[in-house]
Amino acid sequence: MPEIRNYTLNFGPQHPAAHGVLRLVLEMDGEVIQRADPHVGLLHRATEKLAESKPYNQTIPYMDRLDYVSMMCNEHGYVLALEKLLDITPPLRAQYIRVMFDELTRILNHLMWLGTHALDVGAMTMFLYCFREREDLMDMYEAVSGARMHAAYYRPGGVYRDLPGKMAQYQSSKYKDEAETRRINEARSGSLLDFIEEFVQRFPTNIDEYETLLTDNRIWKQRTVGIGVVSPERALQLGFTGPMLRGSGIEWDLRKKQPYEVYDRMDFDIPVGVNGDCYDRYLVRIEEMRQSTRIIKQCIEWLRNNPGPVILDDHKFAPPRREEMKDDMEALIHHFKLFTEGYTLPAGEVYTAIEHPKGEFGIYLVSDGANKPYRLKVRAPGFSHLAAMDEMSEGHMLADVVAIIGTMDIVFGEIDR
Amino acid sequence: MEWLNSAYQSVADFSVWWFSQPAVLIMLQIVMIVTPLMLAVAYLTFAERKIIGAMQVRMGPTRVGPRGWLQPIADALKLIFKEIIIPTGANKVLFVIAPILSIGPALAAWAVIPFNAEYVLADINAGLLYVLAITSVGVYGVIIAGWASNSKYALLGAMRSAAQIVAYEIAMGFALVTVIMAAGSLNIGTIIEAQSGSPLHWFWLPLLPMFVIYFISGVAETNRAPFDVAEGESEIVAGFHVEYSGMVFAVFFLAEYANMILISVLAAVLFLGGWLSPFEGWLPEAWFEITGLGLLLGHGVHWLLIKTAIFLFFYLWLRATFPRYRYDQIMRLGWKVFIPITIVWLMVVGLMILTGFGWWFD
Repeated sequence: MPEIRNYTLNFGPQHPAAHGVLRLVLEMDGEVIQRADPHVGLLHRATEKLAESKPYNQTIPYMDRLDYVSMMCNEHGYVLALEKLLDITPPLRAQYIRVMFDELTRILNHLMWLGTHALDVGAMTMFLYCFREREDLMDMYEAVSGARMHAAYYRPGGVYRDLPGKMAQYQSSKYKDEAETRRINEARSGSLLDFIEEFVQRFPTNIDEYETLLTDNRIWKQRTVGIGVVSPERALQLGFTGPMLRGSGIEWDLRKKQPYEVYDRMDFDIPVGVNGDCYDRYLVRIEEMRQSTRIIKQCIEWLRNNPGPVILDDHKFAPPRREEMKDDMEALIHHFKLFTEGYTLPAGEVYTAIEHPKGEFGIYLVSDGANKPYRLKVRAPGFSHLAAMDEMSEGHMLADVVAIIGTMDIVFGEIDR
Repeated sequence: MEWLNSAYQSVADFSVWWFSQPAVLIMLQIVMIVTPLMLAVAYLTFAERKIIGAMQVRMGPTRVGPRGWLQPIADALKLIFKEIIIPTGANKVLFVIAPILSIGPALAAWAVIPFNAEYVLADINAGLLYVLAITSVGVYGVIIAGWASNSKYALLGAMRSAAQIVAYEIAMGFALVTVIMAAGSLNIGTIIEAQSGSPLHWFWLPLLPMFVIYFISGVAETNRAPFDVAEGESEIVAGFHVEYSGMVFAVFFLAEYANMILISVLAAVLFLGGWLSPFEGWLPEAWFEITGLGLLLGHGVHWLLIKTAIFLFFYLWLRATFPRYRYDQIMRLGWKVFIPITIVWLMVVGLMILTGFGWWFD
């Protein structure tokens, strides 16, 4: 008699649902998962080590590349750490811009999550609907920073530059006729703020569309309700943060509990789940997108009425304006010093955390007084979520593993760093 | 000239003799069915990409030929020229046989489909039984492919497919039994003629639940979304054909789409009166006599094509709309929902026949 035993299945790293380079070693009894062993490190790029050899400002673009679907939020965590150690506070307008772009980034991230999660569960149309809206958000990134993804827009002391008064226009092509181009450009005819305002007006309707396809869909519910249940106590023990924790019913949001920037002036709610399953986390994230549009609306309102500087006027860490450099010796020297050796931070250590779309994104920074960090540690929310893979998928079927990976909102850029 | 004439005569005689051979005639008829079918499969893939593209606010293929119309040709050419890779651990013979086992039944089933009152390749008495028998064989292609590939993903896909097709075969069989009861015949031509009268005489109305179950089971039979767990792209990559490449993969692909069209044609034939005109019984008889227009309004193969196209559109629509079921949920739907409903409706149809209910069973 041959011995009957469980077999292992290598899920990834080349797998359509591996969200990049997740390698899961699944021990399976037929279709039922006995053990899931996530292997990480295939996207390790040594961001933390690289930061140790670069002036502080040059690490900001590396932050974009950590969680490459919520770029500005990563920057925010890092820049906050620098500011805390430098003991500076950016101008109010910069803080509002940061909050606004944090929330746009949250929508950007959640759209990516929704699209891929639905695609994993089989609803592929969702993916393209989400990417349609992401396109507009990418245009906002481009308008404000010049880059569609890796913005490097947040700087210690503020943001790189003020919101532009003009948006880039699309050109018609063989595949995009005149009428279509005109329709797209119409929303982009005003300033960036006009465009964002138009977006947040329209976006709740888009969320309704997504919900029509999924929320009451019987198959979607069958695939997500009761899948990957995490109790509130266990979620805390596992170090869950963000929507994963809130999905389990714990009302924890750094934007409310330890407000940074101008979140304490914002009016918004924290959605929480009840059962802690994939469906609740889905509902939490959908509601978070709605709350984000609320916050963005408040920011737009304030930003319209309060022009002002967006970066501190201290050239010890913020570069002087280009015109000044032309006829001011000191400005030229500042510029040269800033872009060659950078600035130094006082010796000490600091931990800052922000409410990243995926959870608590923390930066622990140790400075020995040099122009580069002695040690930089990134606390990636996805890492502790992925660590719960085994616990969440045990006893579920193979198809549920895919749903669980989806609900974790895993991006390997931040997990492997 | 004499010899030329006689040579011509003998050639002509020979060809007359040749074309009067039944085997040759049947071969020609088969070609006449299979060629349009293959073209239909090719352009069904194109339609799928265009229609789903439109549903997903994108354009689908646009680059090959005007508006992408040559895309299926380009795809076919590409697949033909690609290398067929047989994995080292695979059972070579079964690996190659599997796609043939898959496409064979998918094409053979077409023999009994009547395209109009006269055009049917094999007008056999047990036509419907033949279809059921032949389509059941198709699952062997999937199972053998999954096993012969010697890959875990493929094996999982094959296991899923086997269980799923067995479950839905029963529901589908029961749904067809009600049709047979209503028509009183297994011959597909007779089944269509039993539906003549008007669209209200078609079997979709008295057998409405069976109609729905038949089509859903058909979607499950062909492993299409939302029942595509045998392929389950995001779970088991491509399921049973994960190790296949080039033309052997294309053969699986052809079989899948040929089966889709077959299920749609059968749905049209069994529940929507096949080639019967929907205007029959509504418009005055004289209208059908008008030259040209009468031909369009009257019975004909074009109605069968239109009805089939509607079902095919439903296939694509389902794919663009629904998430995928989990494997055990498909089983539950098949065994615990569809089969009980079909059994109950079997009784109801029996009662309807006993009481001579409506104009269908008088």
